[in-house]
Amino acid sequence: MKKPIIEFKNVQKRFGDTTIFNDFSFRVEENEIVSIIGPSGSGKSTLLRILMTLEGIDGGYINVNGESLWHMPWNGAYVPASNKHLHKMRNHLGMVFQHFNLFPHMTVKRNITEAPMRVKGLSRQEAEKAADDLLELVGLADKADSYPNDLSGGQKQRVGIARALAMRPSILLLDEITSALDPELVDEVLDVIRNLAKEQSFTMLLVTHEMYFAREISDRVCFFDNGAIVEEGKPEDIFTAPKEVRTKAFLNAYLGQ
Amino acid sequence: MIQVTWDWAFAWEVLPMILSAAKITLLATLLGSVLAIAVGLVFALLRRGRSKPIRVGVYWVMEFIRSTPLLVQIFFLYYVMPEFGISMSPLLTGVLALGVHYGAYLSEVFRSGIEGVDKGQWEASRALNLSTLDTYRDVILPQAIRPMIPATGNYIIAMFKETPQLSAITLLEMLQVAKIIGSENFRYIEPFTMVGVLYLIFSVVAAYGIHQVERRFPKEGFNLK
Repeated sequence: MKKPIIEFKNVQKRFGDTTIFNDFSFRVEENEIVSIIGPSGSGKSTLLRILMTLEGIDGGYINVNGESLWHMPWNGAYVPASNKHLHKMRNHLGMVFQHFNLFPHMTVKRNITEAPMRVKGLSRQEAEKAADDLLELVGLADKADSYPNDLSGGQKQRVGIARALAMRPSILLLDEITSALDPELVDEVLDVIRNLAKEQSFTMLLVTHEMYFAREISDRVCFFDNGAIVEEGKPEDIFTAPKEVRTKAFLNAYLGQ
Repeated sequence: MIQVTWDWAFAWEVLPMILSAAKITLLATLLGSVLAIAVGLVFALLRRGRSKPIRVGVYWVMEFIRSTPLLVQIFFLYYVMPEFGISMSPLLTGVLALGVHYGAYLSEVFRSGIEGVDKGQWEASRALNLSTLDTYRDVILPQAIRPMIPATGNYIIAMFKETPQLSAITLLEMLQVAKIIGSENFRYIEPFTMVGVLYLIFSVVAAYGIHQVERRFPKEGFNLK
């Protein structure tokens, strides 16, 4: 078995009285593209948010790139991660959000250059050169000086992808990135991800409701329910011959089969 | 029957003195506002900080400042602090008292403005690994400022109208000067009326100015380069 780039070990996560994960284990290999599907409220997004350090965990361990995400070694023991440690670990990860979360008061270009300049200390020139290349990549070279509110949803999300890529993460977390889009705008966003999957070497973890896309792009599909992986496997197996009753029911409802 | 007369000649004669006192009033308001905004922002950020003892401590300091009269605070600073070896001019005392007092009020305005910014903005900033400082400066505050403008403006105008309290520590602001003029000439109607009218003019102009600032402020917030 290859070395995992992401590994959850016996992770616990609760929101108040609600248990999201109870003893959850999961792994992703380097450059693997994993789609997570399942009903809402099953913990799919929480999984990504924990990886992006937007949510903490209540127990267990998570390793990213061989290092513990939420803990760090200290005097021979593992203690909760310091801000500095989290800052270092976040450099491996990038996230694209369902509701874009672009900075509305900044131009498209500035949205993309903000973090490379502030966090990586790139000069404005370097950052803008990289931003131009990324905008080219997502097909928005002509929108560099527009503001997010002047863009369509699909364009906003492509900026969101460019902004995440600007920090050169090795792991890309895509949280229902087409769920807030009008149907006719979904493909332009998915095309960007298709190209990324083809041309670049990323580890991608995507939560999605686009079943055909998940089937096309993924190395592995995980069906999630109630904070656990009910069934996982190659996309053709999951989509054509699901074994578990819950998977079948979900796919039937979703694909109308 | 009592006859009240308005003496224009006397009014014009004393107007320059009142106007020059108005400069002190405006100066106290201006410096007080700058201090209040700084204090308010610091309090607001501390109340959102990670340390619980600091959050609670700041809350009670603010509560204390807001629940005691401004005049008591002014007297305390001016008459009691010298006993601890800290004595300040009336202007400095006044600016300090106004700044801290109104800073306590403004911190609530700033806090709600900051909390009004979509939490997705924090999440995106975190995902991009921006520091808390960068996030406040580049992402949150630029978007929070516009909704803060009206309430902040109202507090600054309220502060302006409270400057006469500084006459109690012998600051020669408008009202104090008018009172001196009145007692020297045995005529109060002209100086006090003019002071009232000047307060009215300044307040109306300031309110209009604040409205204009708000109207012209970009809806999404502004971008610090």
